Amino acid sequence: MNELYSFIRDIVLPPLLEGTLVTLQLIVLSIPLGFILGILIAVGRVYGNKIISLFCTIYVLFFRGTPLLVQLFILYYGLPSVGIFFSPFVAAVLGFILCSSAYHSEYIRGAIQSIKSGQMMAAESLGMSRSQAILYIILPQALRRAIPGCSNEIIYLVKYSSLAFMVTCVELTGAGKIIASRYFQYTLVFAVVGAIYLLMVSVITKVINTLEKKLEIPGIG
Amino acid sequence: MPKDEANEVVLKVEEIYKSYKGKEVLKGISFEVRKGGVKVIIGPSGTGKSTLLRCLNLLTVPDKGQVYLEGEEITHAKKNIHQFRQKIGMVFQDFNLFDHLTALGNVEIGLTRVKRMNREKAREKAQEELRRVGLEEQASLYPAQLSGGQKQRVSIARTLAMDPKVILFDEPTSALDPELIGEVLEVIKNLALQGMTMVLVTHEMGFARSVANEIIFMEEGKILESGPPAQLFSNPKYERTRQFLHKISELYGE
Amino acid sequence: MTENLALIFQSLPYLLEGAGVTLGLVGGSLGLGLIIGIPMAVGQVYGNKYLASLISLYVWFFRGLPELVLLFLFYFGLFTLWGLNLTAFTAAILVLGLRSAAYQSQIFRGSIQSLGEGQMLAALSLGMKKSEAILYIVLPQALRVSIPGWSNEYAIILKDSAITYAIGVMELLTRANFIATRTYKPMPIFLACAVIFIFLTYGGVKALNLLEKKVRIPGYAYGRREI
Ligand SMILES: Nc1ncnc2c1ncn2[C@@H]1O[C@H](COP(=O)(O)OP(=O)(O)O)[C@@H](O)[C@H]1O
Ligand SMILES: [Mg+2]
Repeated sequence: MNELYSFIRDIVLPPLLEGTLVTLQLIVLSIPLGFILGILIAVGRVYGNKIISLFCTIYVLFFRGTPLLVQLFILYYGLPSVGIFFSPFVAAVLGFILCSSAYHSEYIRGAIQSIKSGQMMAAESLGMSRSQAILYIILPQALRRAIPGCSNEIIYLVKYSSLAFMVTCVELTGAGKIIASRYFQYTLVFAVVGAIYLLMVSVITKVINTLEKKLEIPGIG
Repeated sequence: MPKDEANEVVLKVEEIYKSYKGKEVLKGISFEVRKGGVKVIIGPSGTGKSTLLRCLNLLTVPDKGQVYLEGEEITHAKKNIHQFRQKIGMVFQDFNLFDHLTALGNVEIGLTRVKRMNREKAREKAQEELRRVGLEEQASLYPAQLSGGQKQRVSIARTLAMDPKVILFDEPTSALDPELIGEVLEVIKNLALQGMTMVLVTHEMGFARSVANEIIFMEEGKILESGPPAQLFSNPKYERTRQFLHKISELYGE
Repeated sequence: MTENLALIFQSLPYLLEGAGVTLGLVGGSLGLGLIIGIPMAVGQVYGNKYLASLISLYVWFFRGLPELVLLFLFYFGLFTLWGLNLTAFTAAILVLGLRSAAYQSQIFRGSIQSLGEGQMLAALSLGMKKSEAILYIVLPQALRVSIPGWSNEYAIILKDSAITYAIGVMELLTRANFIATRTYKPMPIFLACAVIFIFLTYGGVKALNLLEKKVRIPGYAYGRREI
């Protein structure tokens, strides 16, 4: 028993914690950037001219229609053949941003379209330009309504960040795979890996829920 | 002729036409509103009253015709239209308050974002406008926490804060429960007394009679007749006008 | 250009075979998830406290872990530990199916709860037993309401199936990768693979929409679809 404990503490945990750090870097970068890009795509789709709107539609169609892993392979293994090189970490972050932005954008677009046209009219009647009205009137309401969907998407991203390992970026899952195959201790190691993910997911869910409560406004939801 | 301030034309509308998908909704509307004047537009629903009001600040772009604000044509202003819209207030039938902002926030936002007034000044002015409509106590409430009448008064304060040259009201009391109509009409009546220039679409005939200095009767996209309330109510030129007034007084029990 | 097209054309039969494996994975795990997910939903809504929290624990576990971690944990760890000698394909169906059951149970639970208590009360008042009421009254309605959520689940599982590449299932992406590394032409092959996935995703959702129309009963409000 004592042996098992010290095996976990001395052999298993150190690399896993290092991997966790990489995972945290991956998601801390991709969550906000993916969300912001999602807003831009949604706005482009609803308010952009024909060309922008069509581009955004195809973008969303592609990234929601294909597996994230295929996207990562294209970024990391495909692009070098046309002269574009990314490090594993950058390829992973880029893939996460692009993919999650497509999903975010759909929740945000739905929210924008659910806002009554009178809001835009009232804003314009005050003398706001289109972009002011979008920024100050439409988005603050739409983003609040999109929160439940986008929160889900963020939780998904935390879990899908494990796919970074498939393009050789050694994060939590990767660190687990390496140590597990070295000692042939898959069950034990991945039980620990799983516990760390459950912890991360629970904490982030809590944070999002708190944020959601903070942003709550009577009559919007 | 000496220039008479009180007679200065604020809003001039010339031959406005508008069609939706081949269906002609406005068929050449012309009128003008002088400073301090209150023009009330009445007419059956579907006649194009709302469309006309939206054409006046170009929320809807007319197919033909011109709108002048204090002598300047705004119809083809395209780029500058935002500047003109600041000077033309609009109050909607269903309020269109910004749901994510408090009453105070609703009144402030045009000042801070459009007029770029500093925050403190904007807050002060917004509070003053809320006081003007009797809602200083409700400043921190969100639209969802206000009654219909209160919502409409906030939306009037929001418009007033921009110091408009003219305010357009599109059936401001039609979405309200009967017992809440009075408080909103009271606010509008006070504005009229203070000399605000206004164009009002309403079915409240008693109110129209008491505040308007001209009534316009619109039917099927055209102005059928217009004149001072006394004349139009008691002695309309057309049978159609008489019928409409009769029907309205039956519906609204005036 | 023509060279790339020729490569894609040559690889197509091999890739499409992989697409068949992908669809097999999806069908198997969706089916398994359905068979486990329905009783789980019923248990969560109508079961006693202990059963309900046991199911919640299951759902929390399978929804909280990345699919990749589950694959490694079960395929290399638990299945071996339990002495099961499974092919990668079978293991993948089991893991994806158990995981999908967690998600599907929540779809069905939401549908059951959206029906309201009236249906159950009316059934009981006719003299049905609770189990009969669930079987004949509640589930036939709840499952219909679930179809949009369910076709969403199809699209998700389809895309998630590519992750079984990690344990060597010969599905579409694994095969694409195989060709890519042998020909040194990753771009055209991965793009072809992406296009096939796009067809499978939107084609499948379209087909499920048709199914939904077929079983639709007037008066049912269906939820929002999200792909
Ligand atoms: N955006 C629009 N698109 C198409 N038709 C419209 C639009 N706005 C108004 N209309 C049509 O124009 C006519 C006049 O409408 P409106 O101006 O709202 O009348 P009123 O306010 O007098 O009731 C109606 O037949 C209406 O259906
Ligand atoms: Mg109208």
